[in-house]
Amino acid sequence: MNPLAADTPQVSISHLDQLWFQVSGTLCNLTCHHCFISCSPHNDSFGHLTLEQVRARLREAVALGVNEYYFTGGEPFLNRDLVPMLELALRQGPATVLTNATVLKPEWLTRLKAAHDQSEYSLEFRVSIDGFSAETNDPIRGEGTFVRAMRGVTQLVEFGFLPIITAARTWPEQEDAMVLARFREVLRAAGYARPRIKLLPTIKLGAEVKRTEGYRDSQRVTAEMMEGFDTRQLICDHARLVTDRGVQVCPILLEAEDAVLSETTMAESLKPYALRHGACYTCYQYGSICANPSGGSLGFGDRA
Amino acid sequence: MTTRLAFLGGVYSNYLALGATIADAKRWGADQIFCLGDLGAFGPYPDRVFPLLDQFGIPCVQGNYDDSIGHGLDDCQCGYTDPRDNHFAAISYRYTLENTSAENREFLRGLPSEIRLEVEGRRLLLCHGSPRRTNEFLWQSTTSTPFLEYLLEEAQVDLVIGTHTGLPWQRPLSGGRHFVNCGAIGRPANDGQTCVWYARVELEQGRGPRIEFAPVTYDHRRLANEMRDEGLPEEFIETILTGWWTTCLEVLPGKERAAGVY
Repeated sequence: MNPLAADTPQVSISHLDQLWFQVSGTLCNLTCHHCFISCSPHNDSFGHLTLEQVRARLREAVALGVNEYYFTGGEPFLNRDLVPMLELALRQGPATVLTNATVLKPEWLTRLKAAHDQSEYSLEFRVSIDGFSAETNDPIRGEGTFVRAMRGVTQLVEFGFLPIITAARTWPEQEDAMVLARFREVLRAAGYARPRIKLLPTIKLGAEVKRTEGYRDSQRVTAEMMEGFDTRQLICDHARLVTDRGVQVCPILLEAEDAVLSETTMAESLKPYALRHGACYTCYQYGSICANPSGGSLGFGDRA
Repeated sequence: MTTRLAFLGGVYSNYLALGATIADAKRWGADQIFCLGDLGAFGPYPDRVFPLLDQFGIPCVQGNYDDSIGHGLDDCQCGYTDPRDNHFAAISYRYTLENTSAENREFLRGLPSEIRLEVEGRRLLLCHGSPRRTNEFLWQSTTSTPFLEYLLEEAQVDLVIGTHTGLPWQRPLSGGRHFVNCGAIGRPANDGQTCVWYARVELEQGRGPRIEFAPVTYDHRRLANEMRDEGLPEEFIETILTGWWTTCLEVLPGKERAAGVY
């Protein structure tokens, strides 16, 4: 583990707004070259969560006043209990699932549509597609994945969902406007009339280190940088992640040695965390990278 | 004894809707009207809302827009992430900043970020976004009941009334407590109707609050013409004339977005 520099700032959690579930561990049907946790069909270093584990954490979450739930992996739909997990979550709050949309089955979507219609809360699908064409997407996500993911998007739209297409920025930032425009064009042509798109920075961990580069030692958050900074931008300020190892600090630092904050209760995990990692620097730079746009607030007027 | 309170928010320079809402609240028998902020944005002639608020003695909470205009900040602090949303937000922000008098900007700077009161034995907290943050979006479909319970517990109140999202909704909580989002009177509620909405809360000792949302019709065609005269975007005018939101859509959660047409 990186030694803790004298000026490494700590973040105390303000409130547990978001609870994340690493439902399929590090198992995924794809092997994307930029995956910051190197998920693949063979990476089982983190395993699936069971329905009972999720049920117990959801129960804890009510008492802690959690606002919303995110289900991620790996590919969450590889967990055969994902549908009942989402049904449970939607009884007590909004839920979001981060999927590659390549393994969706109509019978699952039928159930989820019914759960969504019965709930006061939104069920959001965040669909990872990393380019607006097979030529831009497939080199990163794998042969044929663009067509398969777009088919998934169409399926979701047919079921009445408005998926949020999530693309990791593997192009120069100044091309964002062009990329967004091309995405919209392609999605509309595929029958998605009002596409929602979220762009994300890449995280230089896991497979991404081989594709491009890792973090330099200088890319760290310092105490000086935190002066006057709105800590709400950092996910560890208001979220925790449930994995098969316990409750961890955030969905990005899955494999960090100091990421498990509690092996017992969620309340136990609500302790300060030192921003010692390079990925903390990306979170600091871009802010709110994991949340949905509807939660998007730049933290003005914080009176807590 | 019964006390009737009216709450309006998101005026967005729509002085015509403000006048109509005040008249409606008076007819209903409101003992007091409160404004929960965002006086400017979107509409024409921002200075025209201030005399009405003053004339009817309407206390105001400071919204993110009020703070921005008051202090002449670079943007409205609405928290948009989409370039198109930011494009339209910048147009209305520039127009509102240029057309708000120094005196009114001073008024906006001095507004409180919350108002607390006790009415008929109930503790009320009036805010713009949430009790903890002025620009926090509390949408109906992304705000859980346990989270609202937490916010009210932290604030030690029985009733929280906010605005900021522009869509009215309410939820009863444990122990007779409630959360109310009063919606906005500055633009329609993305429901295909040209009316706007405000909240009526009736309080009485020993009984739960009665909460209802009231639609207000006003001369929206005149507003649209005035917006056109002022060179405001056709996209905004379309919203006033059709009741459907055309901009600032990316921050809407799935359910709220699906309820509209864009």
